[in-house]
Amino acid sequence: MATVVSYTARPRRTLQALMLAFAVAIGVTAYALVGLGRFQELPDDLLQYGIGAVVLAVVLQLVVTWRAPYADPVILPIALLLNLIGIAVIASVDSAIGLYTSRTTSYADRQELWAVVGIVVCSLVLVGLRDHRILRRYTWIAAVCGAALLLLPMLPFIGSEINGSRIWIKVAGYSFQPAELAKIFFAVFFAGYLVSRRDTLALAGPKVLGIQFPRWADFGPILVAWAFSLAVLVVETDLGTSIMFFGLFVAMLYVATDRLSWLVIGAIMFVPPAIIAVTQVARVRTRLTCWLDPMSSENFDRCRQINNGLFGLANGGISGTGLGEGRPNVVSFAHSDFIYTVIAEEMGMIGAFAVLVLYLVLVERALRAAVGISDGFGTLLAGGLGFVLALQVFVVVGGITRVIPLTGLTLPFLASGGSSLVCNWIVVGILVRLSDAARRPAARQVPGLASSAPAAAPAASASTRAEGAR
Amino acid sequence: MSELTIYALRIGFTIALWLFVVAVLLILRGDLFGTTVLSRGSKPDPRREQRPTADPSQAASLRTEPAPTTTVLVVTAGNLRGTTLTLGATPVLIGRAPECTLVLDDDYASNRHARVYQRDDEWFVEDLGSTNGTLLSGRKIEGSAPFKPGAQVRIGRTVIELRRGPR
Repeated sequence: MATVVSYTARPRRTLQALMLAFAVAIGVTAYALVGLGRFQELPDDLLQYGIGAVVLAVVLQLVVTWRAPYADPVILPIALLLNLIGIAVIASVDSAIGLYTSRTTSYADRQELWAVVGIVVCSLVLVGLRDHRILRRYTWIAAVCGAALLLLPMLPFIGSEINGSRIWIKVAGYSFQPAELAKIFFAVFFAGYLVSRRDTLALAGPKVLGIQFPRWADFGPILVAWAFSLAVLVVETDLGTSIMFFGLFVAMLYVATDRLSWLVIGAIMFVPPAIIAVTQVARVRTRLTCWLDPMSSENFDRCRQINNGLFGLANGGISGTGLGEGRPNVVSFAHSDFIYTVIAEEMGMIGAFAVLVLYLVLVERALRAAVGISDGFGTLLAGGLGFVLALQVFVVVGGITRVIPLTGLTLPFLASGGSSLVCNWIVVGILVRLSDAARRPAARQVPGLASSAPAAAPAASASTRAEGAR
Repeated sequence: MSELTIYALRIGFTIALWLFVVAVLLILRGDLFGTTVLSRGSKPDPRREQRPTADPSQAASLRTEPAPTTTVLVVTAGNLRGTTLTLGATPVLIGRAPECTLVLDDDYASNRHARVYQRDDEWFVEDLGSTNGTLLSGRKIEGSAPFKPGAQVRIGRTVIELRRGPR
């Protein structure tokens, strides 16, 4: 005999406000510490920076209270804190480059600008997207948009190649990485596609080694996704983007069908392209060498970036050199690809682990929203977006710490780069919307939706509930 | 600024960062929601049990506008254990067919097994000619029978219960 108890989530808006304030306090302290550490004086623009951060936090809080009152209270504070830490660390890179080399850079200023844009876009997502189920109507449009964005860098004139990877487009002096935006479109597409096909894809086929494999006829979609990510790998020679898309598809396929065999198939299908890439593409082969043996004398020069990163990690030790007291100018691309080494050097293992725990909680909240939400589309979308965040962190941090070969992905919210930052704020906006839908009591559904649905509201909510429980 | 102040600030920053992490985890610890299934013998967690009444103003705000009470169909045994279904004016069809409101994954249930509907403010359960029958409080029903709150209906391996009360 059992009883079933339902708990309603509390809105927790006051707690979110407190956490946002806490995040701003920590972020501004970090920015001040960078100035103190590097020049023994507070940065000139500390006041403007603090005011800007407070304004952004207030905007986020107001928009959430207005449009998503039941949203998860910790998603936005974590995103804001990561973003502010990122700006502080990039400012440290800037000041180190200015102090120890003859160059001057202003990555931090640009990152501040993009943070404002990102938070405004996130607010617009929350205001404009009242119900995530609307996105399901644009399943195939999302597919076309995603594919177009991914192929955009191959066009002449606007496509541009930087350091051997053709994943940027240049318009009016601004370069933009369309793959970042494409990942959101693809998550929407996969969610919409898989939610209607999951029953067929979950049908059982032959059983090999105790694992139930799907029917041969159902291999079409995964083959298309595989071919597409292979094309990205070959034409744009970017391993990171390719892994991100294939991994996203396989993970969402697993969430949709609950069959472990898809993960096994995905992993096996990934092996041949990886072998081809290692044997045929010189750049990838270099990365493999630098993963296995970067310190030997014949490889040392070729793997300078990863070696310098490792020295940075070692220099930081457990407690770190302190913000603004490391030497991030030594590592190339310390502001973007290798920002994790700067964090680990200046904040030490203690600080770097705190950052990793923040990512962990962020991903966990995305998966929690996926579990709590009552429709299959929302579950898949939240699960997919959470997985992409986790995959990016794993690939970047794993690459820098030599757990896996280095691939070019960006660390969400921390790495310098407008397209990455804005797109991750969009992702967080969608996650807040999804968590609001997951936690909203059933009686308080979005008012506009009940009238737009043709069926009687109670029956509709009842059927979605039953679907979500399956 | 002196070296010592900077040093103190730096330690404060690291502590604050971890305090943030701990605060986040504490919030999550107190932020459980959704449905849980408790065995009737086991003692429910008193902290969670008090939750709905802990803050009366908030509990009142959660109450729905249209009706102060609501009827809920709760699955207490079977594959779907833990599923709740808020009943409205429309009849609810239960069975294995995908068009049913409550789709059972139960080999002992028929495609269109039973129907739960409302007439004159009373709920009824009706057997739709199922193979294995519908049991109301252990007795097989013929046609429809009144479904009182608290009574248990067994369909195959699934047991459903009607609950009435405030949201």
